[in-house]
Amino acid sequence: MGMTMTQKILAAHAGLDKVEAGQLIEADLDLVLGNDITSPVAIHEMDKMTEDKVFDKDKIALVMDHFIPNKDIKSAEHCKCVREFACKHEITNYFDVGQMGIEHALLPEKGLTVAGDVIIGADSHTCTYGALGAFSTGVGSTDMAAGMATGKAWFKVPSAIKFNIVGKPSKWVSGKDVILHIIGKIGVDGALYKSMEFVGEGIKNLTMDDRFTIANMAIEAGGKNGIFPVDEVAVAYMKEHSQRPFTVYEADEDAVYDEEYTIDLSTLEPTIAFPHLPENTKTISEITSDVVIDQAVIGSCTNGRIDDLRCAAEILKGRKVKKGVRCIVIPATQAIYLQAMEEGLLKIFIEAGAVVSTPTCGPCLGGYMGILAANERCISTTNRNFVGRMGHVDSEIYLASPAVAAASAVTGKISAPAELGL
Amino acid sequence: MKANGRVFKYGDNVDTDVIIPARYLNSSDPAELATHCMEDIDKDFVKNVNKGDIIVANKNFGCGSSREHAPISIKAAGVSCVIAETFARIFYRNAINIGLPIIECPEAAKGIDAGDEVEIDFDSGMIYNKTKGTEFKGQAFPEFMQKIIAAEGLINYINNK
Repeated sequence: MGMTMTQKILAAHAGLDKVEAGQLIEADLDLVLGNDITSPVAIHEMDKMTEDKVFDKDKIALVMDHFIPNKDIKSAEHCKCVREFACKHEITNYFDVGQMGIEHALLPEKGLTVAGDVIIGADSHTCTYGALGAFSTGVGSTDMAAGMATGKAWFKVPSAIKFNIVGKPSKWVSGKDVILHIIGKIGVDGALYKSMEFVGEGIKNLTMDDRFTIANMAIEAGGKNGIFPVDEVAVAYMKEHSQRPFTVYEADEDAVYDEEYTIDLSTLEPTIAFPHLPENTKTISEITSDVVIDQAVIGSCTNGRIDDLRCAAEILKGRKVKKGVRCIVIPATQAIYLQAMEEGLLKIFIEAGAVVSTPTCGPCLGGYMGILAANERCISTTNRNFVGRMGHVDSEIYLASPAVAAASAVTGKISAPAELGL
Repeated sequence: MKANGRVFKYGDNVDTDVIIPARYLNSSDPAELATHCMEDIDKDFVKNVNKGDIIVANKNFGCGSSREHAPISIKAAGVSCVIAETFARIFYRNAINIGLPIIECPEAAKGIDAGDEVEIDFDSGMIYNKTKGTEFKGQAFPEFMQKIIAAEGLINYINNK
């Protein structure tokens, strides 16, 4: 019986020739990640350890992104705690205001995540790096602390679901529609404890940013990780961004999968997840009555990359955000922000009546920069639409692609770009 | 080791945003987090919970964010165990790592209602519904996880190694 791509990476990092689903292993880590919310808890845990040192100061990334620039005194204290820790242990990859970006957009951009790596992060969307062919998964703060101290983590080797991607998506269908379609199909626990392995000729029709979006939301199906094969697109991205060598792993021909699905990109439509679960999906043509919105958010670790901003700008160019709608655009990193400025995208957003924010996770988790009042509705390119996620428990979040969020900002109701004649 | 308490019952997909809303994540103090535990799904939870009480839920308990603040707030609120049909994987890890007892048992999740008095024997994995006079066998942890639980968390386990 062969191994899946994920199993091969885990076996190599555990020093084993072979692993199988269900086996408990201890794997060497290439990177341990934390943010301004999860790192303080990890640092308190490290204080309890008998040895107060990190395993490798170059293999830890601390990204201040959730509540910063500091939203209040308590957040400021958290960041200070992490800053002091980073200073004391001479952490190479500490990213504060001015260098920081949303962690899962920032780390690949900085070349810190490459194919074949095993990465844990105290943030559930750490699964994003599977887009480059790495095994990466979200953990809690205690696992982060143990990882920082020992450079190792325990894992139960996952079984896998195979998604065979075929066809080519139409103009306004992107990675977000693909992953929302999949979550709608298998449910928010459809991949619980499992790998989601994406394969097939259709992958060549997905940009790197599409793949980051898809891998990012593997956790919303309960997945342990989402992973893509390493093709020319991924190699070109890594060569552009990283000096680190990478290792390409491929699933064995006779690898065993719990389930297999075929996803034909050519049949997908813009897809929206209704409150209050990412699995409550409808295609745009299934929405039969107007869903009026108060706010549109375009950003986050899911959809704050340059492709996302270009797509939103293409729709907002020469148009206006509807009166009464707040449109908030958040480039995910400083580099993306700068690129958007150089390409004239920021000008388009501002002229359309949107606001453009410094990189932050802010509104996605109801932190700040776009909190909802009772009975307000937001169309958002973020990843979760749970009760109260973005503010009041009686507010509503509709998850969608940047194309749908931008078009909806113009019409004031959930709309596809087609409604604007695009 | 045994737990004994009254049950708070919830449904499917109880996410970490309702267990501990992000507006309180500017704190990492367990006692403070406990005062907001389950606030967005059950605003009376904190008022009504007593030390030793038990949370029972259906599938995918703890889905969403990796915030360890979620199991920390539950533990600090005095809850002695969470029983669910299934747990989301990060919550599962986090609970074990911080020493919050959890048990996967679909039959118990179905056969226990809010307000029932329940006793759990962690050594045997038996769950007794004293109100209804029924009993269930929870899934045993693999030996490796039992060692972490016995050490009262991952950090102690590593310190002892």
